[in-house]
Amino acid sequence: MAFDAPTFSSRDAVVCRGVGKTWAAGTKRAHEALREIDLDIKPGEFVVFLGPSGCGKSTLLYLIAGLEDSTEGQTWSFGELVETPSPERSLIFQETSLFPWLTVWQNVSFGLAIRGASQAERRAVAAEALQRVGLSAAMDKRPDELSGGMRQRVAVARALAMRPKVLLMDEPFAALDVQTRARMQDFLLDVWRDSGASVLFVTHHIDEAVALADRVVVFTARPGRIKTICPIDLPRPRNLFSREAEAIRIQLTELLRDEVDRAFAEQEALATAT
Amino acid sequence: MAVVSRDGDTGAAAGASRPAAATRSFEPARMLANVGRLDWLAKMWWACLSVGLFAGLWELCWALGWADPQLLPPPHIFLSNFGEQGKFFNTATRWQVGNAMGEGPSALESVMITVGATTMRVFVGLVLATVLAIGIGVAIRYWHLFDKLVLPTVTLLSPVSPIAWLPVAIFLFGIGNAPAIFMVVVALFFHMVLATINQIDGVSPNLINVARTMGASKAQIYGRVIVPAILPGMLAVLRLNLFGAWMVVLVAESTGVGYGMGQVIMLARNTFNPSLVFFTIAVIGVLGFAFDWLLRLAQRRILYWLPDTKEKLRGL
Ligand SMILES: Nc1ncnc2c1ncn2[C@@H]1O[C@H](COP(=O)(O)OP(=O)(O)O)[C@@H](O)[C@H]1O
Ligand SMILES: [Mg+2]
Repeated sequence: MAFDAPTFSSRDAVVCRGVGKTWAAGTKRAHEALREIDLDIKPGEFVVFLGPSGCGKSTLLYLIAGLEDSTEGQTWSFGELVETPSPERSLIFQETSLFPWLTVWQNVSFGLAIRGASQAERRAVAAEALQRVGLSAAMDKRPDELSGGMRQRVAVARALAMRPKVLLMDEPFAALDVQTRARMQDFLLDVWRDSGASVLFVTHHIDEAVALADRVVVFTARPGRIKTICPIDLPRPRNLFSREAEAIRIQLTELLRDEVDRAFAEQEALATAT
Repeated sequence: MAVVSRDGDTGAAAGASRPAAATRSFEPARMLANVGRLDWLAKMWWACLSVGLFAGLWELCWALGWADPQLLPPPHIFLSNFGEQGKFFNTATRWQVGNAMGEGPSALESVMITVGATTMRVFVGLVLATVLAIGIGVAIRYWHLFDKLVLPTVTLLSPVSPIAWLPVAIFLFGIGNAPAIFMVVVALFFHMVLATINQIDGVSPNLINVARTMGASKAQIYGRVIVPAILPGMLAVLRLNLFGAWMVVLVAESTGVGYGMGQVIMLARNTFNPSLVFFTIAVIGVLGFAFDWLLRLAQRRILYWLPDTKEKLRGL
């Protein structure tokens, strides 16, 4: 797909131009997950991806992380073409992705161990990162001794230990209960403010988007395209029960409803066809 | 310091969740230990009952005159003359010149020597097969060319019965420990290579992706993520293959390895001594049970992070 020569600031945290992804391209099972994504994300910005499930939000995060190759277009991060994964762009998954055979501090300092850092240095970095997520006491525990929320905080600490410039989060709180999730959102905002990194956060919860985002990118049903980008100018800490917040919620609900309906119809058609 | 405005808030949260987490992890641990002890006693009780029931039925058949003690001697007969039976076990020195039946090591020593020799062969064979299979399995996934060159042959050879390898073992290694160990290795190796590949393909892609984003090289991903991640599954595979190893080692030993449990069985057969056969079977049963128990213990010690699904299944 042809697109104009990219024009963007090389200081932007993430720039996507004409990005598309077709899974299993060139085979019978080929299906298009993303189409013509143009996106600019500023350093230190908090951007939420909102869309019906299966629309390609995770796929886009994988492309930005460099874990998968796009089939169309290109992605840059701070002026550099994204071709391989980099510690500057940490990805946090929905399910726990901690190594069950390592202790919490060994998990957090895994990236340093890979670079051959000494044990003393690794422990120091892990201690600092764990303090930032309020889990200093859990240093020597095993992941299976922690609750779901604590495990996700350890995953955040592990990402922070790499001093990332971009934090990619794929529905990180989706498996948590409502109260824990609210807590984790506050916690994430603190970490974000403190680290100065850009955050790209995937969710299908409108409330979560309103609580967190500077901007909400709303996706269409598959193949995912950007439907709109809604800025949220509410001051922080946010009152989620204010009339402004309510208005944004209604607006996002409207935007999403059509796409969810379309995704649903498509899935039903698929189910009856087979 | 890091958490600016909500320091007290998250601090309180951490403080509140810490003791909660401590009790959460501590209490089940203690309960499990108690349950474990009870469980263990109960297990022993059921094991004894199971074996006792079997032996009792046999004795009953003997008492009623259904089982001919010349052909099917009941446990109290084949276990009673331990001194007699034990002497046969020293097949290693029995044929030496000048050694009469009554000379040489005592019965208990004879049994120990033979059991030790067979156990050593099983153990060495298991270790070799495991190390080789994991090594080759990982190499198959690591190098594409190696995969193409090796995997078809491995798949082709894996259904071959170990009995077919027996002549090869003797051609290659003559008699002694080597052919018996070779038989154990060859009986397990091919299956375990396939099992290793299967385990590697089952590793969560998330774990691999985490390592990739942190800049891990291919070698580091294999060494630090894939190998530790497949160990639990490999230990389970090892346990399944343990009994196979015990079966094969007897076959190997019964054909001229010199001494070992297989030789004792052959001796019993050639001298028409059913008591000795059943005595040996009892010893093998106890040994196999002990090996399995040790492996299970190792599994629980080494792989402390695995959830205990068995408990859930039992409740169904
Ligand atoms: N590794 C993959 N291989 C093939 N298809 C995939 C893969 N990952 C995702 N897909 C497909 O791509 C589409 C988008 O998936 P995904 O990005 O996970 O959506 P979302 O995260 O928005 O729910 C889905 O149709 C899904 O089946
Ligand atoms: Mg997803």
